[in-house]
Amino acid sequence: MLRFLVRRLIVALLVALTVMVLAFVLTRLSGDLAISIAGPSATQADVDAVRKAYGLDRPLVVQFFDWMGQAMTGHLGESFFFKQPVAALIGERMSVTLTLGLTGLVIALLLSIPLGIVAAVNENTALDRVVQLIALLGQAMPSFWLALLLMITFGLQLGWLPISGTDSWESYIMPGVVLAFSAVPALTRLTRAGMIQAMAADYIRTARAKGLSRASILLKHALRNAAIPVVAVAAVQLGFMLGGSIVIEQVFALHGVGFLAWESIQKNDFPVVQSVVLVLAVIYVALTMLADTLNAVLDPRLRGA
Amino acid sequence: MGMKRGWRQAGTWLGAAIVGVAAFCAIFAPLLVPHDPFAQDIPNRLLVPFWMDGSNPDHLLGTDPLGRDYLSRLILGCRISMLIGVTVSLVSGLIGITLGVLGGFMGGRVDDAVLFAITTRLSIPVVLVALAVVGLLGSSMLLLLLTLGLLLWDRFAVVARSTTMQVRRLDFVDAAWCAGCSRFRILTREILPNIASHLVVVATLEIALAILLEATLSFLGLGVPPPLPSWGLMIAEAKDYMFFSPWVIVIPGVALFVLVLGINLLGDGLRDLFGTRMRSDA
Repeated sequence: MLRFLVRRLIVALLVALTVMVLAFVLTRLSGDLAISIAGPSATQADVDAVRKAYGLDRPLVVQFFDWMGQAMTGHLGESFFFKQPVAALIGERMSVTLTLGLTGLVIALLLSIPLGIVAAVNENTALDRVVQLIALLGQAMPSFWLALLLMITFGLQLGWLPISGTDSWESYIMPGVVLAFSAVPALTRLTRAGMIQAMAADYIRTARAKGLSRASILLKHALRNAAIPVVAVAAVQLGFMLGGSIVIEQVFALHGVGFLAWESIQKNDFPVVQSVVLVLAVIYVALTMLADTLNAVLDPRLRGA
Repeated sequence: MGMKRGWRQAGTWLGAAIVGVAAFCAIFAPLLVPHDPFAQDIPNRLLVPFWMDGSNPDHLLGTDPLGRDYLSRLILGCRISMLIGVTVSLVSGLIGITLGVLGGFMGGRVDDAVLFAITTRLSIPVVLVALAVVGLLGSSMLLLLLTLGLLLWDRFAVVARSTTMQVRRLDFVDAAWCAGCSRFRILTREILPNIASHLVVVATLEIALAILLEATLSFLGLGVPPPLPSWGLMIAEAKDYMFFSPWVIVIPGVALFVLVLGINLLGDGLRDLFGTRMRSDA
């Protein structure tokens, strides 16, 4: 178990390092950053001053290791636009993104687990087909479009929910539903497949033979076994959701990390852009590691992998 | 069982029909458009589509906020979506299949490297990175195609790798080794043809994903450059009017939804046809 964990940790660190290099290179693709920061009316002297002030006159390798050294201690450099430490900016806005991500995940699980169970219990009936159809429709739904439709319906026509901002918990309902939509198809299919497999197992036949109630068999015996891969995939999906929330934060004007990244891209504020890429990647890696570990704890056969 | 087959087949045919119509529109777009998709006509802006009162029979789906014919823009938008979907999955397919087959075939260190590349790729937030690239370099079709192609190869690699691993242990591959075939010949003549059906299924799913992503990026203003009529861009341009005339976002959105649904239905049908079992959640 310890060897498994150490191995995973080394891979995770290597992945984080690779993403760092990629994010750094990515933000340098546009050529001379000093010119774009200084603006269109800047003289050569202004550009030189900017270059010196931001440390852009140093070799790229030095700039990279400087950023990496800072990142190790939790400092991610300073934003050009906000004139604030990037780590503080991201920290401030992380709560909105995390709230949104967790809301989305909870809604996704509340929808997909019952749907998956219903489909599995009624395997190959019309009900099963309807659930699979829902998953198929969910997969084809463009999230930004769904967001706009919900805003028109529940925001304007029915007036039930606020269409933007983060003033109350109600503000998170629509964005949460939209975000959940992206995860529902995968989680529903996984629950369905897991339940079908579990229901065919010997211990379910034993439980039936003992005369246990149907609910007890389904929830206590079958679901508990089917839930293991669902929980693992849910953790990974949360990682995807945090990365994908940039669209939803923009549509609903939620000022989270995605919104920050969006603003910073528009303003060429590359210390923020590269750091958000890094932070989201690290969260994803941590979540997958958590999922793998959880799986390994619950199923010892996986530890050798 | 009979019912199941019937449902599945109906879905596959529906998917094939949708994709067929979309392909037809994409190829013959310049001949099909009733008006110039770029011609602005401000006095006739925001004309309503045919199912609403006061519609103009000359503009079946109405006009956009700049008075451009919506149907014409929708048809040309179909061409852009299909072009992006197919090109992106060609680029990502080339990268993903090369990596996956190499990893699965060679094993050992090479496979470790391929697995590492897949893990790294999965940890990168796609939408954010694509937005950043286009935002920093300026939007153009070529840049968009390359960026998405470089980002969406993971599923190709995963499937190519696992299927190659299964195929390389089979008897006909051993026979080819014994016959003295070169490594390259075994890869191209024995392995690739036998994993091709799996890869076709992945390709359909990737086309759908690329179309959705392009629409998302264009919606955020960092995808297809205006005045080209990408469906995502059409929704973005009409967004300010959606509360008063919801149809302006409903029309391009439905087009996008139906096309992606059709491609996914076709992909699921092909998967059944080839008898392959793959996890769609990977």
